[in-house]
Amino acid sequence: MELGPYLLLATLEGAVTAAVLALTASGLALVFGVMRVVNVAHGEFFMLGAVIAWWVASHIGGAPVWGFTAALVLAPLIVGAIAAAADMTVLKRLDYDPERTIVATIGLLYILQQATLMTYGPDARPVEPPFNQRLALPWIEWTETGLGLYWPWGLSTTSYKLAVIGAAVVVLLGIWALMTRTRIGLLMRATQLDRDMALAFGIPVERVYALVFGLGAALAALAAVLIVPIQQAHYLMGHDPLLLSFIVVIIGGLGSLPGTILAAIFIGLTDGIISVFFSPTLAKILATLLVALVLVFRPQGLFGTRAA
Amino acid sequence: MTDKTNALTRRGALKTLGAAASLPLWARYASAQSAEPIKIGFQVHRTGIGAAYGRWYDRTTQAAVAMINEAGGINGRPVEIIAEDDGTDAKRGAEVVEKFATQHNCDIAFGTLFSHVVIGSAPRAGELKIPYFVVSEGHHVASGMLNRYTLQPGITDVKSQVQAMAPFVAENLGKKVTMVFPDFAFGHDHRDYFTAAIEANGGEVLEHIAIPPTETSFTKYFPKIPRDTEVLYHVMVGPAVLTFVKELGEFFGPNGPQMFGFIDSLEAVNIGSPGLEFLEGSYFWEGMPHHAQDDQSEFETIYREKVGVDARGASISDPKDVSTYAHMFGCWETLHVVKAGMEAAGYSGPQDRAALIEAVEAMTDMPESLEHPQGAKVFNGKTHQVFGHQYITQVQDGMLKKVHTTSIEDTLYPDEVDYTTQSF
Repeated sequence: MELGPYLLLATLEGAVTAAVLALTASGLALVFGVMRVVNVAHGEFFMLGAVIAWWVASHIGGAPVWGFTAALVLAPLIVGAIAAAADMTVLKRLDYDPERTIVATIGLLYILQQATLMTYGPDARPVEPPFNQRLALPWIEWTETGLGLYWPWGLSTTSYKLAVIGAAVVVLLGIWALMTRTRIGLLMRATQLDRDMALAFGIPVERVYALVFGLGAALAALAAVLIVPIQQAHYLMGHDPLLLSFIVVIIGGLGSLPGTILAAIFIGLTDGIISVFFSPTLAKILATLLVALVLVFRPQGLFGTRAA
Repeated sequence: MTDKTNALTRRGALKTLGAAASLPLWARYASAQSAEPIKIGFQVHRTGIGAAYGRWYDRTTQAAVAMINEAGGINGRPVEIIAEDDGTDAKRGAEVVEKFATQHNCDIAFGTLFSHVVIGSAPRAGELKIPYFVVSEGHHVASGMLNRYTLQPGITDVKSQVQAMAPFVAENLGKKVTMVFPDFAFGHDHRDYFTAAIEANGGEVLEHIAIPPTETSFTKYFPKIPRDTEVLYHVMVGPAVLTFVKELGEFFGPNGPQMFGFIDSLEAVNIGSPGLEFLEGSYFWEGMPHHAQDDQSEFETIYREKVGVDARGASISDPKDVSTYAHMFGCWETLHVVKAGMEAAGYSGPQDRAALIEAVEAMTDMPESLEHPQGAKVFNGKTHQVFGHQYITQVQDGMLKKVHTTSIEDTLYPDEVDYTTQSF
């Protein structure tokens, strides 16, 4: 494949990765930013979103669009509720102690993963996309008569992949609006800045925490619902999103939403482009190396405001 | 004289008691165990990336054992399957084999598919001196990498499969091939032996594209397929095979090269799934055709019924649950080879393990029968590997239609090892 079309294809593939990653990682960043909790179970909330999407879609008959739409609404709600319940029953009782919450969320990771294995089983199951049209993309070339269009082999995407990118942008704008333009966003930011002062001003910090933990998990679940028609729901699918989300959150600056989103776009696109031109393993190696460099030279992350 | 005898007897009695206590458990009731079941340790991929294969290997195994037991078991003893999950993991696989030998007191170990698990487990089976019957396809048995205790009498290996496919590919599809395969031992067998075989048939491999078996997104690998590729040779395993094939179709659209795939890329996947329409007209290797063919043998009809598989290769009780039909016959056939071997060796307990292996090594022709529903086979006792017919099917109106059957001779290659020269 020639360089131009090759690069366009790599960028498109990278953009899908970036979109899903931005949603997942912003959930992780939100939880860390407000609650100072390193949520190791975040990848399992992602997996749970995909599995519930399959469950909802397979129980709703008719056109695939109905099952998918229902999953898009229900899966994040259910996962968010599970996460909020985990916060109130487990994390709250540990007083959000940083070390103990890490261990607790590792436990949560295994409980969620093995419970899924015991109920849903070890198979990968597909969810049908609501629409999926292959879109062949043209490329320009110089011909004898001037500029001409042609359709290179393999240069294509699907309408659904474009929709995933669009949906991620909309959701991220929604999160931004929620954080900056609403009262609940104000409460979250107040809690993030100073927990004790927020408590003193009568902010129900415990309820804010439960809400944030649920919201973070719901974002991961939403990302999974969007990706599951492209990939498939599987009980081990939480590993990669967790690793990549941590990479993104560390590079972007712990707890910083804009930093997280920029880092997600950067990591997603470089992952796509390096995977296409070299190898996917090299893409992971470079991303991890970048994390190491950031930790050494700028431990607060590219957009972080205080030392982590 | 009497005193001397008494003294000797007392000391002797103590010695005998000591010796008896240190004997392994089986030896104590060796003579009284005729009604004891023959225990077969079944190493199965219940979880991990091989779970779909494990589910169907399990069903096939249970069906074969039920049939053997209905007919009176082996040497008048019932067969009992002791299944343990290996998690499709090499380390766990070795632990499971050890458990069979030391905790469950199994007579033999049997069953697993993924090549890395077999390669990880076989050395432990050799150390514990427990016969290890694998249903794995990898070339590792016949290559001499393993040991005398590891045998593969129920399924052919990748080297002979791809060697038999290469002439068909070169003659009917094209000579410039690009290979896409999983990046572990099984995929490397495909890479090495198909490349050699297609070159022997006047073709060439333009590009080798290795993909990790745990990968979930594939489009990024496809731009490496060179433009002048005439045939795309694909084989993939793992939970994301449906995504793999779908993205292949989305990548090429209507103008792709010829496709030749190993059915592994679609095992346990419904070929009627949305997004797979582009496979119409493409070719597959199948160890045993998923869809019932017009000339299906009476043996295969009974086999399908006993295992509970319909004419489209899916579970009778759930048409969405598609089987791993092209591979799982290996469990059925291996268990019948074990039965024949134990009967020939007069097997009565673990002390006869060596005799069992020698009896299986002495086997040669295995005619098509209810014991061998996939077709006739020839076993090579020196390499511990079986050879048999291979099938090529073409997707016609959404059905996998058999278009070519190779001879057994097509699959033979010179011996690379003689396990019979190794001591037990």
